[in-house]
Amino acid sequence: MEGKYRPAALDWSSVAVVTTQADINREIEELRGGGGPQPRLEYPPYRSSVLRHPTKDKQLVDPEGVELWAPCFGPADVAATEADLTIQHAGEPIGERIVVTGRVIDGEGRPVRHQLVEIWQANAAGRYWHQGDQHPAPNDPNFTGAGRCLTDGAGVYSFQTIKPGAYPWRNHLNAWRPAHIHFSLFGTDFTQRLVTQMYFPGDPLFDLDPIYQSITDAKARELLVASFDHGVTTPEYRLGYRWDIVLSGTHRTPLEES
Amino acid sequence: MSFAPGQTVGPFFHLGLPFDGGNLLVPAGHPEGVRLHGRVLDGAGDPVPDALIELWQADANGRVPRATGSIHRDGYTFTGWGRAQTDGAGHYWFSTLIPGATAVGKRPFFAVTVFARGLTDRLFTRAYLPSDEPDALLDGLEPAARATLITTREERGLLFDIHLQGEGETVFLSYPRQAR
Repeated sequence: MEGKYRPAALDWSSVAVVTTQADINREIEELRGGGGPQPRLEYPPYRSSVLRHPTKDKQLVDPEGVELWAPCFGPADVAATEADLTIQHAGEPIGERIVVTGRVIDGEGRPVRHQLVEIWQANAAGRYWHQGDQHPAPNDPNFTGAGRCLTDGAGVYSFQTIKPGAYPWRNHLNAWRPAHIHFSLFGTDFTQRLVTQMYFPGDPLFDLDPIYQSITDAKARELLVASFDHGVTTPEYRLGYRWDIVLSGTHRTPLEES
Repeated sequence: MSFAPGQTVGPFFHLGLPFDGGNLLVPAGHPEGVRLHGRVLDGAGDPVPDALIELWQADANGRVPRATGSIHRDGYTFTGWGRAQTDGAGHYWFSTLIPGATAVGKRPFFAVTVFARGLTDRLFTRAYLPSDEPDALLDGLEPAARATLITTREERGLLFDIHLQGEGETVFLSYPRQAR
């Protein structure tokens, strides 16, 4: 787990019949605009999806019983300090300190109050604190890269963290993921569950990334990009990013709500 | 309203999502506890060792739990929610209670959410208890599709394999107020 520099660990012979970025770009281009506002489950440019996407249409069903409710989380589950990813170790993590904040609202525009938000991410060098990540970039002994918080009474979450770096992966030759933070969100009913990724504005890797592009609708993709916000930037201390999240609609009637 | 699109959990979700005791809705060995378990399989029938399953369910009396404390369990409070990652053999398991019917005439099920590397968005499904009772969803499905949503009773629990693709592909669900 502890980071040792591993030079020359990349063995490109393990990449099946070298697929280049140009090949992937062509595939992305062919599928552009071919899906709805959610990612396509079948999206071959993301190679790991090929055997893992359902081939049959989803079955539309009216939610009932537990599906009309979401699990509850509270202060017993999450300590306030877990929202600060920069204080989990003895020293200060390396990198650009940032705050990421925003509101979680449901499909009717109502705040999702006192609900769990979880995040995980790479460090400033683009390295995950995970055995599976063998990218030869340094681990940071002062940065694990995982946090949790509860939204407040207005549906607002806030994390202090380090801006993650881009990192290479082996989808194809010379594949790089744009910098992102993974977000896990719950709504007020089961059907609103969302796991997604938040990106940073203006990333040059957007057009090249088959995960981001698995959402083939440009407007929908942009919903995952945070905006720099000088208003939440703290003088002499940290830059601020704002990212509001709209979950899907709820199914409970006001009567059931009371 | 434009709903935020989902994205894959990727290969490193172990860093942020699983937690100790996540799969223990009741302590293992609880007198009324059962093991709900199974494998997650891909379109080639191979195990998916980097999937994450979430479980959400009523208690034994059919009540929907409203208690907090899933992440730091006290061993007594039934919160109805859990999370389990698959192991190297694609196997997941929960220690939990058999859910009761949430209303008269409703057939009990576990609500299940599936995440995995390579899966661009989460999938929803239901794991029903084995029985012959009528059900609005099950009764509208072909027998082979219906069978994918029904757990198999075992001596100490219930088996529920999840086939992401191919032979015996699990029926996955969408709900009316989601973006499609």
